[in-house]
Amino acid sequence: MSGVEGYMYPNEVTLYWSVLIVLYPYITGLVAGAFILASLERVFNVAAVKPTYRLALLTALSFLIVAPLPLVLHLGHPFRSPEMYFTPHSTSAMAMFGYVYLWYLMAVLTFEIWLDYRLDIVRLSQKSRGLMRVIYKIMTLGSSNISERSLHIDERIGWVITLVGIPSAFLLHGYVGFIFGSIKANPWWSSPLMPVVFIFSAMVSGIACVMVLYMAITKLRGKTIDMKCVDTIAMYLFYTFIIDFSLEMLDLIHRIYEADESFRSLDFMVHTKLFFSQIVVQIILGTLVPLILLAVTQVTSLPEIARKRIYSIAGALTLIGIFAMRWNVVIGGQLFSKSFLGYTTYKMSLVTKEGLLVSIALILLPLGILWVLVKLLPPWTDEPASEGVAAD
Amino acid sequence: MKITRRQMLILLPAAAVAWEHVLAGTPEASPNYTMSEHWWSMLIDIPKCIGCGNCVRACQEENDVPNGFFRTWVERYHVSDEDMTNPVVISPDGGKEGFPPVAKEDEGKYFFVPKLCNHCADSPCTQVCPVGATFIAPDGVVLVDQKYCLGCAYCVQACPYGCRYIHPQKEVADKCTLCYHRITKGLTTACCEACPTGARQLVDLKNPNDPIHEFLRTHAVQILKPQMATGAKVFYNELDGSVR
Amino acid sequence: MSIFKDARHLFRFVGIFVLMFIVFLIVRHFIVPKSFGEYGHYRGAAMGEIAAHPIHFAGHQACETCHVDVQDVKKNGKHAHVNCEACHGPLAKHAEDPASVTPTKPDTATLCVRCHAASVARPKNFPQVQAEEHSTGLPCETCHQPHSPAMTAGGAK
Repeated sequence: MSGVEGYMYPNEVTLYWSVLIVLYPYITGLVAGAFILASLERVFNVAAVKPTYRLALLTALSFLIVAPLPLVLHLGHPFRSPEMYFTPHSTSAMAMFGYVYLWYLMAVLTFEIWLDYRLDIVRLSQKSRGLMRVIYKIMTLGSSNISERSLHIDERIGWVITLVGIPSAFLLHGYVGFIFGSIKANPWWSSPLMPVVFIFSAMVSGIACVMVLYMAITKLRGKTIDMKCVDTIAMYLFYTFIIDFSLEMLDLIHRIYEADESFRSLDFMVHTKLFFSQIVVQIILGTLVPLILLAVTQVTSLPEIARKRIYSIAGALTLIGIFAMRWNVVIGGQLFSKSFLGYTTYKMSLVTKEGLLVSIALILLPLGILWVLVKLLPPWTDEPASEGVAAD
Repeated sequence: MKITRRQMLILLPAAAVAWEHVLAGTPEASPNYTMSEHWWSMLIDIPKCIGCGNCVRACQEENDVPNGFFRTWVERYHVSDEDMTNPVVISPDGGKEGFPPVAKEDEGKYFFVPKLCNHCADSPCTQVCPVGATFIAPDGVVLVDQKYCLGCAYCVQACPYGCRYIHPQKEVADKCTLCYHRITKGLTTACCEACPTGARQLVDLKNPNDPIHEFLRTHAVQILKPQMATGAKVFYNELDGSVR
Repeated sequence: MSIFKDARHLFRFVGIFVLMFIVFLIVRHFIVPKSFGEYGHYRGAAMGEIAAHPIHFAGHQACETCHVDVQDVKKNGKHAHVNCEACHGPLAKHAEDPASVTPTKPDTATLCVRCHAASVARPKNFPQVQAEEHSTGLPCETCHQPHSPAMTAGGAK
């Protein structure tokens, strides 16, 4: 019973949604955000972000592959999870997960990446040797048709897929917000703004993630960073962030002004147990500082090196801030009693199934997958795709 | 007084036959039970509750409830006249071993509130279950299919009353079944059986002869958190406004 | 004609989808429990399984079939409506096999105060005592017969 202040209903003392459930919206958010960034080039014809188009798609895919892992790991009976596909409950927001996830994984991301890379895959299947040749052969699905006409068809279909992909990305992450926002029992979650806030924060985190990854990987490859591209991404990050922050503040002001029955309890929580993660990390370090930094780059003309550093710092802080936001939603929503009379404490374990080490592994895993994907399907526009792999 | 089982059978054949079904423990053995003829719920008579904890102990013995978790528990409220809406509530170990004594000087109003699953007719917990592992049975009891439950804990989050928990060993959702294994055999729940003052009474709303109908007509009866619109079916007589 | 030829790879991709969907439907057919959907979106058999749990409290009707004498003592006293197992604990095993399962007699020193220890929190009209002052350490049954506890009953026996 340690860690309880005031009165909790006895069954509320244990907290069931752990750090893994924090990771889940964080990771799907990165997926949705990265995809939206990729779609900027394809659908909205923002040519400047072209160098990140393929990288954004591969980032989205590698995070999407990992996205269900924290969910499944958190289940008491992971092997029963296929029940979500076999008997999905129509009134449950969570039941939708399986289907939206599969739709997004297969019909949107994999399909779009496959169409976009098909020319490269066919060429690679002819050039490479040994095991790689077999892998590429399988990826061609036995069709080496790269006639102009077929590529033109791919291009058109790909455009349609991206178009469908944007609402799908919104759906993928918006419904994660709905999972929380639709719980009327929990005033910290219950809000129609929740899905919207989730979508915008997803875009913010995804854009920041691809921006940081692009700069880091380019540096590692010893190539020059396309500043026009990064400047454009930073601009989009800035404006999306403003919308996101406004929405979150709207929610906050609304809560403070309405001050309903839950307010006293939640207000106390924000000023005590959540003070560090909410006020300090999420709002000050993770939102205000990067917003100010990005604003400076927008209104002044700084030298390239200064912009690079600012973008790196702002991007990293943004990623931390959005993680803190997920943390505050998921963990914060379980720290107070639904009787509004007390608070419990979340103690993260270290080595258990839902502990710190597993979460760190789950955060690093997508980067590992991305590394493999980048090797397999080089996204770079500054060198011919086939060369990068032929050298391996 | 020594009465053998055989004599008991001779004494009261009808009761004994019913008892056989009870012991057999199979639903087929209670052939007179028709789900559609019942709509179960409970009445809690607050002025009668003495906070002895009998119900909590009985529930744990009957249902093998894990330590530290509760299918039913008892809260003691202390409401001071200065701050009517912010009571001081305690429930040490769910009220299982009773409550600490109250210093005579402590002003204000005291009372006990037994809590259990409200077996809501519009239950938020069954609404959110992704796979249909928790459901409202045709007789109005909210149950968990522990062979089907994933243990995602979404239902735990959705319950406004804190009535659900994840069983630490079985790793599935667990909660009050309204002693489904008893009421389907004509017995009352373990908590009602063990309550010495009649503060808890099993209620069948579809039974026209159930005294609940008369009771509801003549008493100031409330449900918990009516603003949640869950269709809660556990009725509280003389519930104080500060209870949440 | 040639548009189909140039889009053939797309049909292959879609074909994989259709194939996976068919496999899914077949697996689903075999995996979903037979009683699922019998009454609603859940496994109908679950109710029978829950109803089949063993009982621990026999219920006072079972007690009264044999212990008629206790029932006679109880029925006019203050504890008339207190069920046997409220004090004696769960005794379904005893009811099933009265000869070999003998319940232990509850200890009144701890049993009675559970309900009757004085507390401001208890309803005013409920009989309560300050145990130390009230009995000066004597066991309750010295003066009260638990099955019919009023003093007018003539004390214990």
